[in-house]
Amino acid sequence: MLRFALLRTLSAIPTLLLVIVLAFLMVHAAPGGPFDDERVLPPENARNIAAAYHLDESLPRQFVRYLSGLVRGDLGPSYHYRDHSVSELIGAALPLSLRLGLLSIALAMVAGIGAGVLAALKNNTATDRLVTGVAMIGISVPVFVVAPLLVLVFAVQLGWLPASWSSGDAGWRLLLPVVALALPQIAYVTRLTRAGMIEALNSDFVRTARAQGLGLLSIVRFHALKAALLPVASYLGPAIAAVLTGAVVVETIFGIPGLGQLFVRGALNRDYTLVLGIVVFCAALIVLLNLLVDLLYGFLDPRIREP
Amino acid sequence: MNTAATASTFAGTFRSVGTAVKVSGGILLFVAVMALAVPLLSPHDYFSMDLEKRFLSPMLEGARLFGTDDLGRDLFVRTFSGTRVTLLVAIVASFVSLVIGVAYGAIAGYAGGKIDAVMMRLVDALYALPFMFLVILLMVAFERNFLLIFVAIGAINWLDMARIVRGQTLSLKEREFVDAARLIGVPPLAIVFRHVVPNLLGVVAVYVTLTIPQAILVESFLSFLGLGVQEPQTSLGGLVNDGVTQMERAPWLLLIPGTLLAIILLSFNFLGDGLRDALDPRRRRA
Repeated sequence: MLRFALLRTLSAIPTLLLVIVLAFLMVHAAPGGPFDDERVLPPENARNIAAAYHLDESLPRQFVRYLSGLVRGDLGPSYHYRDHSVSELIGAALPLSLRLGLLSIALAMVAGIGAGVLAALKNNTATDRLVTGVAMIGISVPVFVVAPLLVLVFAVQLGWLPASWSSGDAGWRLLLPVVALALPQIAYVTRLTRAGMIEALNSDFVRTARAQGLGLLSIVRFHALKAALLPVASYLGPAIAAVLTGAVVVETIFGIPGLGQLFVRGALNRDYTLVLGIVVFCAALIVLLNLLVDLLYGFLDPRIREP
Repeated sequence: MNTAATASTFAGTFRSVGTAVKVSGGILLFVAVMALAVPLLSPHDYFSMDLEKRFLSPMLEGARLFGTDDLGRDLFVRTFSGTRVTLLVAIVASFVSLVIGVAYGAIAGYAGGKIDAVMMRLVDALYALPFMFLVILLMVAFERNFLLIFVAIGAINWLDMARIVRGQTLSLKEREFVDAARLIGVPPLAIVFRHVVPNLLGVVAVYVTLTIPQAILVESFLSFLGLGVQEPQTSLGGLVNDGVTQMERAPWLLLIPGTLLAIILLSFNFLGDGLRDALDPRRRRA
């Protein structure tokens, strides 16, 4: 187990490095500098600005400087928000996004596993077909269509919930964004749980438990569910990546001042250091969480640990 | 070449598919025909503005089936010309991912051993990348153009294809016709592309129907953020984005393109799932 954990941890480092190199190169290969304006600066000023942001150095040098800053948690200064560093901006936006993301994933797990188990127990009935059909819709319809529709129905037409972050009060304004973000994930978790559960229910160990006279509920709870949840556990990594991506849309639509909105603003302002910083930060987060999920998976299923 | 076997499984596949596949296939065909025909035949075009005819309601005013948008442009034409762009981007991007994925997977699977291990380990590593963020970065950094969208989306989607093709290749390379080719001295790359790949195409065709909706999602996501197709040209994602800004005044600007996008994605997913189940009897049971 230790060997497995160590190997996995080591293999996460090149992945992370790859993202950083790719993102860094992309930003630096971009035509047009961050300070290109309609107004032409005197060459002396332009040189000073370039020197202040170390843009006059060679590319490898800038990369080393960036990496060494990164290790200390310093992502450089923001080009657009002149008085703030990228780390500060991310730090300010993060808690809100974290809350939104964690609530969505929790909702997706609870609702998805519930619906999946229900569909598996009622396999090939109308209930099953209804759940599978709704799940297919959930997977197909993109977040940026669902979220405005939710606003249109529940906020604009019915007036039950606040339409945007600034107009709502504390508790309720999170509800629509969380639901919008969770819906596709609920659908995926439902499908995975259903498939895993059907397979588990047809397997020998469940038949044995049944032959010993155990009731259906305790079979599901103590035997089948554990086996069925393995694929769900391995989906956690992609789910987190999807929620991070989805947050970009949801935060823009609902006007939530989180990481996603910061990213889109940065992109539209051509604030390269900010965009680069967020990409690197999210990549690190995703790689780290994938690593945790991998380790968890190896812990749950001994077969994985064998090389 | 063994194409006869492929052809017969293919025919069998189409006989055994369910109603879901037939219905979704029919819907997609209809949408594709509309996307081709409407912009050609309509008296309106997708870019002409008419500020006296802003916000006409669908079907009620001025014989506009889907109404008009905030600049008085005909939504019926814009919707289907947007569909045309969306489908075009998705198909070309899927083709890019297909070419990369098939070549990569087939070579890894056929080579086997250390080469295979290294190549697939790279795929595993790439899976962990937050591609969406990198694509957004790419679109921000460079002047947005069509070609870049194709490449970016194709570069994301080839990973699944590579895995599937590798798995298929592993079993195909044990077959007699591959042994025969090897025996008469056909070089390895020629075996891969002339004997292995043609026999994979049935499976690949099915998985492409599942790659296309993913590509559509990425493209419309980019257009939604304003990073994809540029005005006045539009795509379904761009139309949804326009619709969101006019949501309270003219909900149909959001509802119509949003629904069409959902229908297209749903149809592709049903089609792909159904075809895959029909091709793989083991899945049909569950």
